[in-house]
Amino acid sequence: MTDAALTPAQAAKARARAQAEARLKRRYRAETRFRFYGRAAIFLALAFLVVLLGRIGIQGYSTFVDYRISLPVEISADRVDMADLGGSNFNLMVAESALAVLGEEDDVYGEASSEMMAILSGDLGFQILDRLREDPALIGQTITVQGPMKANASLYYKGQISRDTEVGGRRLSDRQLDWLDELRQRDMVSGGFNWTFLSRSDSTEPEQAGVLGAVVGSAMMLLVTALLAAPIGVLAATYLEEFAPKNRWTDLIEVNINNLAAVPSIIYGLLGLAVFINWLAVPRSSPLLGGLVLALMALPTIIIATRASLRAVPPSIREAALAVGASRTQTVFHHVLPLAMPGMMTGTILSLAHALGETAPLLMIGMVSFVPGVPETLTSAATVLPVQIFIWENASERAFHERTAAAIIVLLVFMVLMNLAAVLLRRRFERRW
Amino acid sequence: MTRQRDDAHAQGVSMTTPRAGQAGPKLSATDISVFYGDKQALFDVSLDMPDRAVTALIGPSGCGKSTFLRCINRMNDTIPGARVEGRIILDGEDINDRGVDPVLLRARVGMVFQKPNPFPKSIFENVAYGPRIHGFASTKSELADIVESSLKRAGLWAEVADRLQAPGTSLSGGQQQRLVIARAIAVSPEVILMDEPCSALDPIATAKIEELIDDLRSQYCIVIVTHSMAQAARVSQRTAFFHMGAVVEAGATDEIFTNPRDTRTQDYITGRFG
Repeated sequence: MTDAALTPAQAAKARARAQAEARLKRRYRAETRFRFYGRAAIFLALAFLVVLLGRIGIQGYSTFVDYRISLPVEISADRVDMADLGGSNFNLMVAESALAVLGEEDDVYGEASSEMMAILSGDLGFQILDRLREDPALIGQTITVQGPMKANASLYYKGQISRDTEVGGRRLSDRQLDWLDELRQRDMVSGGFNWTFLSRSDSTEPEQAGVLGAVVGSAMMLLVTALLAAPIGVLAATYLEEFAPKNRWTDLIEVNINNLAAVPSIIYGLLGLAVFINWLAVPRSSPLLGGLVLALMALPTIIIATRASLRAVPPSIREAALAVGASRTQTVFHHVLPLAMPGMMTGTILSLAHALGETAPLLMIGMVSFVPGVPETLTSAATVLPVQIFIWENASERAFHERTAAAIIVLLVFMVLMNLAAVLLRRRFERRW
Repeated sequence: MTRQRDDAHAQGVSMTTPRAGQAGPKLSATDISVFYGDKQALFDVSLDMPDRAVTALIGPSGCGKSTFLRCINRMNDTIPGARVEGRIILDGEDINDRGVDPVLLRARVGMVFQKPNPFPKSIFENVAYGPRIHGFASTKSELADIVESSLKRAGLWAEVADRLQAPGTSLSGGQQQRLVIARAIAVSPEVILMDEPCSALDPIATAKIEELIDDLRSQYCIVIVTHSMAQAARVSQRTAFFHMGAVVEAGATDEIFTNPRDTRTQDYITGRFG
């Protein structure tokens, strides 16, 4: 059984087999390699996602805990002028009460009280003011107020400001840290879920700042965008796909719509500035204006998605309807649109979700401003989540950075909910043929 | 059923000539040429199709049978760039006349396609859709009657009577094709066009459809495109052989299959090409 024993024909056959085996091996290797690349790509993408979400989560989760103090405050009659309630210095009163609780007294320069004011939120003073307005009889009594600590104090409780840092490097003095420890030991301060963050709007004080105004602003803006872009986009796409003649003009329109989808969003902001603000005088910084601009931006995407899902409806359905004597409009509205509905809705919701996260065009139209309240109408000044994030990120106080991450979490939750709605609607309307 | 048919005509469908006892063919095509853009698909096709009979159109793929069929209910209108020349007379009226509305024409000329294409709706809705949009039924029970009689005539009633609300797409291929025929019957057409109705079906389902075609022959003018010579011989009374966009030979089915005059017809039916 040596090679020499083989006839030439057998040798050729053996060679061919060896070559085939080598080819087979190469093919298997190529497939294994490709599979490895694919897995590596997915792993990388997931790793980036985990790092991103992890970082946001780690930075932001602490925002959802805040520390509140429960403090008895004596409202002495000689400190309050009932004729001019707002003119009284309630913050000082609160600080002095806190000092009294800790067995200390203010010094002549008021340094102790101002240091104390720097760890107790101004919200406490406002609470006293509100209660006095309601019930002036409280003067001379001692009432207990409950309110947040200043953001820096909360950061200390959360361990984000450390006593080990040099005095110049932290925002709290040794004395303030001692007081904070003392208050904690006396159980006057307790941590809990930060409802303030969800129930209030922007504020200059981080511990009083929340996202409610931005969430409502985003929702209002999105409503305007959806009400404008969805019907216009769907109707335009339906006309172009089902009714319009196919000629040079419709080709041109199609190319331009595709190009519009790729136009940088800030250009839409410029357009909004020129057309809606300067020409149509829409109130700047309003949800209406933002919605208009984002509707322009979302339209091409909605049209493209709708056309794609209309094209995916099998032509046999159209023929079936036409053949029983349905008009073209009946065919489209009774048969084609219902079948294209899931795709249309997914496309629309995804492009709305995209609009929700859009910042650049909104900066162009002046939505980047400090708005401390919840917008009441579509034309009142408002801020939206991504812009709120942008504003807080630029703030100098450390506690705002924590809130930036938390606002990102809120925005992501908003988007996940929208995408979930897209999936559910798709399931609900999906029909097989 | 007669009432339903009369209703159909009351809907503005022209009824200039009486249907029964009429001399001459139900449908008569003269010099039909069809162009898709610059390409000509049919060359001066002339063909008569009698009422209450099945006319089979046979010929190799791409010979223009389906194109011709789609002229009869003006489905070619829906194809961009398609142009039809010539005349097709249905009951003495040119269907390409400007006064003829293609949508109403399609209610008179039903069509069954190659692949069963029920709507992704319930069985009931599939059949009820046509009568509803044409206003054939004024009450729910009238509509239910039309659905029932149509399904009965399509030979499907016994199989689906207890599940009319099930989706039409849940039926088997052969049942779907009969559902589609019921859908076509429901709008009381005068002509039924069938474009290779059995090509996607197994032999048993095919036999059922052929039986059905034979039943329906007594009431309608049926034009069927088929690739199966045997099917043409079984179901049709008249046959037209298409080749390269023209009618080579047309006549009684027996005649064509036993004694073709043209050698091309002979070659085709004996399986020498196509």
